[in-house]
Amino acid sequence: MNAYQEFKMIGSRPVRPDGLDKVTGRARYGADLNMQGQIYGHVVRSPHAHAVITSIDCSKALAMDGVLAVMTGDDLVKPGNEMLGSGEGAMALKDVVPMVMSQGKVLFHAQAVAAVAATSPELAAEAARAVEVTYDVLPAVTDVHKALAADAPILHNDRFPDGYPEEPTNLATHISLTVGDPDSAFDKADVVIEQTYSVPMCHQGYIEPHACAARADAAGRVELWCCTQGHFTVRHYTAAVTGIDMGKIKVTASEIGGGFGGKTTVYLEPLAVVLAQKSGRPVKMVMDRGDVFRATGPAPGAETKVKLGATRDGKLVAADVECLMDSGAYNGNPAGIPAFMATACYKLTDARSTGRSVYTNKPKIHAYRAPSIPQVTLGFELAITELAAEVGMDPIEFRLLNAVEEGDANMMGAPYNRIGLRECLEVARNHDHYKSAVADGAGRGMAMGYWINAGMQSSATLNVIADGHVSILTGSPDIGGSRASMALMASEVLGIPFEHIHPQVAATDAVGHCDVTGGSRTTLATGQAVIQAAEQCVAEMCRRAAAEWEVEPGVVAWSQGAAHYGDQSLTFEELASRAGAMGGPLTFSTSLTSTSTAPGFGVHICDAEVDKETGRTTITRYTAIQDAGKAIHPDYVEGQLQGGAVQGIGWALNEEYLYNEEGALENPGFLDYRIPVASDLPFIDAVIVEVPNPLHPFGVKGVGEVPIVPPMPAIAEAVYQSTGVRFRDLPLNPPKIVAALLDN
Amino acid sequence: MNKPLNKMAVQAIINGESTAFLCSPGQVLAEVLRDELELIGTKIGCNTGDCGACSVLVDDRLVCSCLVLAAEVEGKSVQTVEGVANGGELHPVQQKLLEHGGLQCGICTPGVVIAAKALLEHNPDPTEEQARYWLAGNLCRCTGYDKIIRAVLDAAKTMRGEAA
Repeated sequence: MNAYQEFKMIGSRPVRPDGLDKVTGRARYGADLNMQGQIYGHVVRSPHAHAVITSIDCSKALAMDGVLAVMTGDDLVKPGNEMLGSGEGAMALKDVVPMVMSQGKVLFHAQAVAAVAATSPELAAEAARAVEVTYDVLPAVTDVHKALAADAPILHNDRFPDGYPEEPTNLATHISLTVGDPDSAFDKADVVIEQTYSVPMCHQGYIEPHACAARADAAGRVELWCCTQGHFTVRHYTAAVTGIDMGKIKVTASEIGGGFGGKTTVYLEPLAVVLAQKSGRPVKMVMDRGDVFRATGPAPGAETKVKLGATRDGKLVAADVECLMDSGAYNGNPAGIPAFMATACYKLTDARSTGRSVYTNKPKIHAYRAPSIPQVTLGFELAITELAAEVGMDPIEFRLLNAVEEGDANMMGAPYNRIGLRECLEVARNHDHYKSAVADGAGRGMAMGYWINAGMQSSATLNVIADGHVSILTGSPDIGGSRASMALMASEVLGIPFEHIHPQVAATDAVGHCDVTGGSRTTLATGQAVIQAAEQCVAEMCRRAAAEWEVEPGVVAWSQGAAHYGDQSLTFEELASRAGAMGGPLTFSTSLTSTSTAPGFGVHICDAEVDKETGRTTITRYTAIQDAGKAIHPDYVEGQLQGGAVQGIGWALNEEYLYNEEGALENPGFLDYRIPVASDLPFIDAVIVEVPNPLHPFGVKGVGEVPIVPPMPAIAEAVYQSTGVRFRDLPLNPPKIVAALLDN
Repeated sequence: MNKPLNKMAVQAIINGESTAFLCSPGQVLAEVLRDELELIGTKIGCNTGDCGACSVLVDDRLVCSCLVLAAEVEGKSVQTVEGVANGGELHPVQQKLLEHGGLQCGICTPGVVIAAKALLEHNPDPTEEQARYWLAGNLCRCTGYDKIIRAVLDAAKTMRGEAA
């Protein structure tokens, strides 16, 4: 049962505390800090996608006037089998170091091989060109099927996935889960669909390139400023990659200009630190946009085979899903999530789910909003829609018949708590959009999506200021309005005005550990830490009031920002101003590991119209419905639904990494890697459904990941309905659509 | 000795103030605004004129400051996001972006503020479609543009003196 039945602040829409700085240009992002005496780092990158480095000669660069330091991969630790972190966010050090800088072998185009630091950015770029690197060039492979072929160039001759014999292969991981007996269950099906679907590699496309500034002192201490989704993770990874003690590194998170999962690791940060140590000067580094595309972790492309069986009356009886994912050059672990979560929306007692990932000569993949789920969901949801059509059922009715609800288990075994999938489907069925007629020439599709919404580690510190204001420190970078959420939650508990609460993202030395802002966990878990700190503050204020009134603390009640007993009361402001005399400063710190999950579900409806001559698809109407548990600040929940939906629209219609034969990315810029622009889109109708999370005091569930999951299958179906041609390979760009229409 | 610095002196009106700065002949305006004049509100997302984060007004013309040489603004007037608010009073575009939640990470916001202000100076009563096409050069990866467009249309209403 939730402790809070009625809300005063939760669900309201105040202006966010950091808003003023962001509309006036004062907010400082990764590239916006200049340290006194700073110099500039520049990375030397490989022109080859697969090569052995035979020599690196930095002497000419170092001899240039104004060049103060050079470095190579030899200046970083040599990783063994160390793991960074544990559980969901675990990453092997040997998969992190080479994404910072290669050591001996280059496995993707534009991989870092050396770096220089000089007194101006221009000089640093010139010095980088003077670094002489020689290579033995090897054949590159960028396609997962070619990478699995017998004659493929092998990227790692020392890596063998579990259960495979020790012979070289490009298979990175293989995981398969089975519940019940899917093979026999297919015999019970009247209708079976078996199809293959594919989604290309794409990039998170955050507008702010990676940037940082580092300073090192003679005592071995390091200060780092950077744009990141998790500065505690930056500290951990930078320490591991450079060999510096974690305790000697302080990381301050700048404002962050988008991340979507892509800023949950390090690229430039360890380089800036090493160059700062070597030069004795602060070093600033800003990544070029092209290198953001070429050399940071994109989302994996994937091919998904889906076999589904249903009875004539629409009961799903068996599923077999196999997802083949592109890992890039190192292990980004993309295959586990589809294996565990592919079937998560459906009641299935007999199912098999397999994920495999493959090494290719591309940058190691990294998280992108509900990592790996949109790829497998394109296949699964589109197959469900095809199956519903086959048995003659409305796609929403088919899903309502088979959707998971409380008590159902998914492939991970644990039964769901109270979830809101059915509620979302019912809202979709009754929504004006779904009930309206489809315009002539247009088509309509719908699909649903899931994300696990984990909690992980969070901390918060609440300081009461003598005038009754409050500062709240957390270690969760605010990527989309979380400071507003933290202030609303504290305001709700404390009963003081939102404007009196000053939330901040504190540096690693100023607040307890927080895991990354990712996985839709910040409002849920960091918010819970803030709620607990505020509740401790209320309890202490009640205790102090009770002492003043010489009554038992238990009889003092807290409401409307004051302690009450009988007709006596002491306000928050009074207790704050008298704190020194009543027991000392009021400071409350909480830390927690939230091990529960709060699964989120969404349902999207899309109308699209395809121009049969040009092949251009226009999204004419779009509705995104999602269970948010409880929306703390509805503007920013709607914003997540709208933004995630539009990223999904981009992936469905346009976005795609294009590699040439040599393994070089051919579209590393926003002109050729075209993300949606304002004129491509209609308004995105965001509908918040609230089925409270029973494990959270306010009922909160994460919301950020789910909205990117349904768009691809919803749009693919809408395009099918508009054109009569079934597309199973994305993106649905004009050349592909025109070619298919001509074929028909 | 380092090579002699090849710098040019430029005078311009930046956010209403007469300003002089030194730049190298190849240096772009965005870089000078940020690094020489500490006007860090102008963001660089691509350096190729594709993202619009560096939008500024040069003599009231909307440009990507990463595509303009700093030396080109000699004798001209430049407005950046820092010059949009009138002291403590926000421009309606800024105010409405805040009220509508028309920003998430905020990195595109300065460019959106400048571009939307320019739109409303050209066209005080834009249709939704006109606003979308005008802002098509300002990439936003967070919001899906929904609340940005609503904010801009609402700001237009305010500036026309109509009730919201």
